[in-house]
Amino acid sequence: MDFGPYLMLAIMEGALTAAVLALTASGLALVFGVMRVVNVAHGEFFMLGAVLAWWVTQLAGGSPVLGFLLALCVVPVLVGMLAAFVDMTILKRINYDPERTIVATIGTLYILQQVTLMTYGPEARPVAPPFNARIALPWIDMSDGTLRLYWPWGLSITSYKLFVIGAACVVLLGLWSLMTKTKLGLLMRATEQDREMALAFGIPVQRIYAIAFGLGAGMAALAAVLIVPIQQAHYLMGGDPLLLSFIVVIIGGLGSLPGAILAALLIGLSDGIISIFFSPTLAKIFATLFVAFVLVFRPKGLWGTGKP
Amino acid sequence: MMTTTKTVAEKAASKPTRRDALRTLGLGGAAAASMPLWARYAGAQTAEPIKVGFQVHRTGIGAAYGRWYDRTTSAAAALINEQGGINGRPLEIIAEDDGTDPKRGAEVVEKFAAKHNCDIGFGTLFSHVVIGSSPRAGELKLPYFVVSEGHHVASGMLNRYTLQPGITDVKSQVQAMAPFVADNLGKKVTMVFPDFAFGHDHRDYFTAAIEAQGGEMLEHIAIPPTETSFTKYFPKIPRETEVIYHVMVGPAVLTFVKELGEFFGPQRPEMFGFLDSLEAVDIGSPGLEFLDGTYFWEGNPRYAQENQSEYDAFFRERVGVDANGASVSDPRDVSTYAHMFGCWETLHVVKAGMEASGYRGTQDRAALIEAVEAMTDLPHSIAHPQGAKVFNGKTHQVFGKQYISKVVDGKMLLVHTTSIEDTFYPDEVDYTTQSL
Amino acid sequence: MMSDSKKDCFAHGGVLLFLFALQFFLPAYHHGNMARIMVLASYAIGYNLIFGYTGLLSLGHAIFFAAGLYGSGLAISQFGFSVGVALVIGVTAGCVLSAVIGALALRTEGVAFMIVTLMFAQAGYLTVLYFGEYTRGDEGFVLAHADRVLWGVSLSDQTSRYFSAFSLFCVSLIMCLALVRSRFGKVLIAIRENEERTQMLGYNVVWYKFCTIILSGSISALAGATYALLFGYVGASFASVEYSIYPLLWVLLGGAGTVIGPLVGMIFMFYLIDLSSGVTTAYMLVAGLVLVFLAVFAPQGVMGEVRSRMWKWLS
Repeated sequence: MDFGPYLMLAIMEGALTAAVLALTASGLALVFGVMRVVNVAHGEFFMLGAVLAWWVTQLAGGSPVLGFLLALCVVPVLVGMLAAFVDMTILKRINYDPERTIVATIGTLYILQQVTLMTYGPEARPVAPPFNARIALPWIDMSDGTLRLYWPWGLSITSYKLFVIGAACVVLLGLWSLMTKTKLGLLMRATEQDREMALAFGIPVQRIYAIAFGLGAGMAALAAVLIVPIQQAHYLMGGDPLLLSFIVVIIGGLGSLPGAILAALLIGLSDGIISIFFSPTLAKIFATLFVAFVLVFRPKGLWGTGKP
Repeated sequence: MMTTTKTVAEKAASKPTRRDALRTLGLGGAAAASMPLWARYAGAQTAEPIKVGFQVHRTGIGAAYGRWYDRTTSAAAALINEQGGINGRPLEIIAEDDGTDPKRGAEVVEKFAAKHNCDIGFGTLFSHVVIGSSPRAGELKLPYFVVSEGHHVASGMLNRYTLQPGITDVKSQVQAMAPFVADNLGKKVTMVFPDFAFGHDHRDYFTAAIEAQGGEMLEHIAIPPTETSFTKYFPKIPRETEVIYHVMVGPAVLTFVKELGEFFGPQRPEMFGFLDSLEAVDIGSPGLEFLDGTYFWEGNPRYAQENQSEYDAFFRERVGVDANGASVSDPRDVSTYAHMFGCWETLHVVKAGMEASGYRGTQDRAALIEAVEAMTDLPHSIAHPQGAKVFNGKTHQVFGKQYISKVVDGKMLLVHTTSIEDTFYPDEVDYTTQSL
Repeated sequence: MMSDSKKDCFAHGGVLLFLFALQFFLPAYHHGNMARIMVLASYAIGYNLIFGYTGLLSLGHAIFFAAGLYGSGLAISQFGFSVGVALVIGVTAGCVLSAVIGALALRTEGVAFMIVTLMFAQAGYLTVLYFGEYTRGDEGFVLAHADRVLWGVSLSDQTSRYFSAFSLFCVSLIMCLALVRSRFGKVLIAIRENEERTQMLGYNVVWYKFCTIILSGSISALAGATYALLFGYVGASFASVEYSIYPLLWVLLGGAGTVIGPLVGMIFMFYLIDLSSGVTTAYMLVAGLVLVFLAVFAPQGVMGEVRSRMWKWLS
């Protein structure tokens, strides 16, 4: 494929990656920002979102559209509730101590993974998308002096992928308005900025924590429900999203939700574009080292504001 | 005292086996059970079971295969025990999970040899686990029968105690595909493979093989192992590609096929893949319509064909698999049909080897190895339902027919069977020169 | 009445003696396990220096273990060096790598430090895969018995393997013990407890951290090199992120900030998995529950709780 169309394809695929990553990472950024804890099980909430989406669509039977809508509404809530439960039973008990939280969430990771293996099984199972039409895309050709459109071989996107990008934007906008325009968002931001003061002002910090944790997990699950018709639901699929969302949150800067979203965009797009030029493994090596060096020279992340 | 995890069939089979063992004393059927105690054991070797340490991937990335390996092994053991066991002794399968991890694999081998006192180790699939576990098996002098498809055994990397007599290796498989591809699909090939050892093996062997057929390798597209979206790699496929050779494995395979379909739209080149990609996956799954009219290597045809042999029918019945290669109790539970026969055939080779060497106990392990090394022709039979085989005692690797199928209306139709000779390559090692 | 310091030395000496004597009593299966456990426990001791004593949470120690593993493994498989030389090469590789990574990573702290170390380790893992021509990537390669002979003794032999693993463990334990009882070690603990105050007292905190990373990385690499030489398998799975998480788990379980904690944690995890896998395939579930239980009820780990309740003199 010529360079122009190739680049466009890479950008669109990158945008898709970035969209899903932004959703997952914003969930983590929320948890990190408000509660200051490292949730190693975040990827497993993502995985649960995908697995439960499969389960819901199976229950709904017939129409993929109905099943998908049902999954979209029900699954993030279920996962959020599970997460809130984990927070109230385990994390509260250990007082959100950083080290103990890491151990406890690693334990939770193992538990969730194993239970999924025992109930859902080791296979990767697909979920039918509610709609999926191939859209061939045009490109501009100026080789003979005049501007004309042509349809390069292979340059296409599917309607579902466009939907995911759009849906992610909508959800992120929703999250932003939640955080900036509602009382709940105000309480969460207050807790994030200064926990002691928030307590002094009578804010029910414990409850805010549970809500934040649940909301963070729900975001990850939502991202998974959106992506599962493209990928499949598999019990080990939580590892990569965990790693990537951590990178995104740290690079974006703690305490900065817009930072995380921008970082997701950066990482998602570069992932697609770099692979044009380099062999995949080499590209990944560069990308990994790039992340490390960004942090080495800007430890607060690119747009970091709050304390680490 | 620790309990061992026995497979279900073994638990069911353990009651009748003693009686069955007695029947084979050759004293006739009916009187056996009524004979006095001293006469029952007269002339028999000890009725103590032969312990097979089954190293199974119950968790980790190999778990989907592990399940079917487990079922096939149980079925094979049940059959062997029904037929009187080995040298009059029942077969006992002692299974341990290795988590598809090489370090744990080596520990499990240790457990088989030192704790469970198994006679042999058996059943490992994933190559890195085999390579991680085999040295320990060699040190402990535990005969280690792997069902892995990897070329590592025949490459000489391992040791004289490691053998692969039940399943062919990837080098012979790939090589045998080239003539069909060059003659029927096209001579200009682009390969898409995962960027790790398994994929590199395909890359190296097939490139050599297709060039030997007068073909041309246009492009190698290596994809990182944990990749979940593939569209961005497809623009690298050259326009003049006649055949795409793909061998993606792992949970993301369905995405790969779907996105390949979406990329090409209505005009695609010929496609040839290895069914490793789609083991345990229903070809009729949503998103796989794109595969219609494409070709696959199959280790063993998943769908029962018109010329199905009685041995294949028997194998399906015993393992619990229907004519579509899915579980008889759940048609959505698709088996790993192209690989699992390896467990069945390997256990039968072990039986033949133990009988040929007069195996009595762990002191006879070396004799067992030598007896198996002496095997050559393994005819198509109940013991070898996938097809006739030839075992190479020097390289410890078996060679057999390879099958090529075409996807037609969501099922697979066998279109070509290679000869065994098509799959041969020069020996790379002679393990028989090593001491036991 | 023995002084606390003497009790400390005797306790640790006793453990070493016990481990040495164990080889004469253990049945074959556990004998083989103990060699593996001691090598990996040495890796954990290396990790404990940076995590338990200095308070830096590294998620990338697998790169140091892998440096030792591949350093010595490749030295033998590609260049045909002897065991002794291979060992030195492995440790040196780890030492150099830890200096480079330390110099870069120490510019960050807290969670950023975690991610940076994780990233470097990931890059290391991918590099191993990239040079698959020599490393055989994820499949790995085997070191033949004939190549693993030191001073005429085959390292694959049961007894010599146990003794080698034990020697490694001794060296690691004694180094760690000496370090934490020394002035240097006390400063490390001070850094862990309150870095700002230690800085204000005039100690060059960065220098102390840097030295500790090098020491920690070198011990981890030594463990990795020994693993390759004793067990004969070198593979990329040892460079993956799991092998960075394992020492964290072992140390936390056994007691971070105690010298003997890593060994206790390692043994605990090993037998937890080994015993529960005989009963159920869901042994990771058991491990997960144990971890949660630990985090809630016994955050200091086994030896940490022992130290805080009973043996206050334990290092």
